[in-house]
Amino acid sequence: MAYSDKVVDHYNNPRNVGTLDKSSSEVGTGLVGAPECGDVMRLQIKVNPETQVIEDAKFKTFGCGSAIASSSLATEWIKGKNVEDALAIKNTDIVKELALPPVKIHCSVLAEDAIRAAIGDWKKKQAATESAPVAAQAK
Amino acid sequence: MEMEKKMSTNGNLPNGVKLPIYLDNHATTPLDPRVLEAMMPYFTGKFGNAASRNHQFGWEAEAGVETAREQIAKLIGATAKEIIFTSGATESNNLAIKGVAEMYKEKGNHIITAVTEHKAVLDTCKRLEKYGTRVTYLPVGADGLINLDELRNAITDKTILVTIMAANNEIGVLQPIDEIGAICKEKGIIFHSDAVQALGKVPLDVNKSNISIMSLTGHKLYGPKGVGALYVRRKNPRVQLSAILDGGGHERGMRSGTLNVPGIVGFGKACEIAMQEMPEESKRLKSLRDRLMNKLLGNLDETHVNGTMERHLPGNLNISFVYVEGESLLMGVNDIAVSSGSACTSATLEPSYVLKALGLGDDVAHSSIRFGIGRFNTEAEIDYVADRFIDTVKKLRELSPLYEMVKEGIDLSKIEWQTEGH
Repeated sequence: MAYSDKVVDHYNNPRNVGTLDKSSSEVGTGLVGAPECGDVMRLQIKVNPETQVIEDAKFKTFGCGSAIASSSLATEWIKGKNVEDALAIKNTDIVKELALPPVKIHCSVLAEDAIRAAIGDWKKKQAATESAPVAAQAK
Repeated sequence: MEMEKKMSTNGNLPNGVKLPIYLDNHATTPLDPRVLEAMMPYFTGKFGNAASRNHQFGWEAEAGVETAREQIAKLIGATAKEIIFTSGATESNNLAIKGVAEMYKEKGNHIITAVTEHKAVLDTCKRLEKYGTRVTYLPVGADGLINLDELRNAITDKTILVTIMAANNEIGVLQPIDEIGAICKEKGIIFHSDAVQALGKVPLDVNKSNISIMSLTGHKLYGPKGVGALYVRRKNPRVQLSAILDGGGHERGMRSGTLNVPGIVGFGKACEIAMQEMPEESKRLKSLRDRLMNKLLGNLDETHVNGTMERHLPGNLNISFVYVEGESLLMGVNDIAVSSGSACTSATLEPSYVLKALGLGDDVAHSSIRFGIGRFNTEAEIDYVADRFIDTVKKLRELSPLYEMVKEGIDLSKIEWQTEGH
């Protein structure tokens, strides 16, 4: 199977590999996929509570080259975006950017799921830890 | 400058290593140049049809075929008349199993095989099940071998055939064919063995192992593709097969069709070479295999061998690099040709059924690589391959959330994974 140059580039030079402190209230963690399916992605975001901007994003992925590239690209795209804009990223955008073949579309779906899971986790933490005044400032 | 640049890129490669490296010799093997040399006259000058009985062109072709029959028979302790030529192993397995099922249908309708057989055996059995044949699929242990007591217990008075491979194509384990043959002989049951991976790699003797029918192919032992054979026992007792292909009645009526003379001549030559060189070659391959295994296991944790090494093809090594997905590993070593047990490399989306039959979880099966070392591999290549795999596995484990979690002491089996929809 031939990989696109972009997939190869992300595989050889994955962006934003690493781990953020998942206990921090500013960090959201998404763990999606399953080992028995051959794909597990962990995507983490660090969000500025004032601006709602994703200031840092890290990932680790167990999976094929396309899965690694999809999650690497996802971190690149969400960094610097506010959470609502990050949620607007669709798996089809990833398919297009990486020129994924049909058998690898599930990798892009997983990356979208990972973004949503990480943001969902962060929102849950916000709801639990934040007091009303800060929440009220958000529109 | 140009020269210097070139030198420096090559400078990273040790002496004797030329990329890409072929280490997938269970899939197929390169043709031995000596085999090609033997085949060449049969394409142009000696092009006759081996079935043409009344002119020299036919006689020459027939002579080439008969020499090959002798060479193949000799390698398995058979007589030349017991060798039937086919188009390859898939046809040989189909002919053996379907041929027995039809020929002996008055005697019974039960076949015994094993879950780790090649698809050419399993899918043939599955087709026969649609037409009323009963099939028992024996499990294998973690070592990859069938249990002889389970075989005995599976035999009924309706059992007409036991079909168990000599060597497995993925994990390289050698089934106990001597013992299986003895059981079949005692019970008066036909024993078919798919010996495609074993031929020319380990000694085979159809009489010692009481084999009734044996599937063989040329391209796994440095012969050409598209030519196979079936050993069909002629006495003690004689075995008969119903033909699948109807036609001119070639090959004792069991396989009609004009013979692939150059291919057959090459297959014969490949067997002759194997006969002479197997003792030395198997020692060399085993030493290369052990070198690779020791380097990988010595430098990587969470890495283990699949299938017993006690009964094993000399050139085979199947290893699970746990917490690294097989396809991503292959991508990182893309100048080395090996196979992966990962679903991602196949159209079926299921990881290797052979590895699963050993009791490996899907996640570990996804992490498995088959190395097939062959005649033309060198020690320098093996060292290069070991280093590349060690580096790539380490790099991918840096990327692996599973490896990190395990190192933190998290039990992965306790996590609720989201498996739906994937």
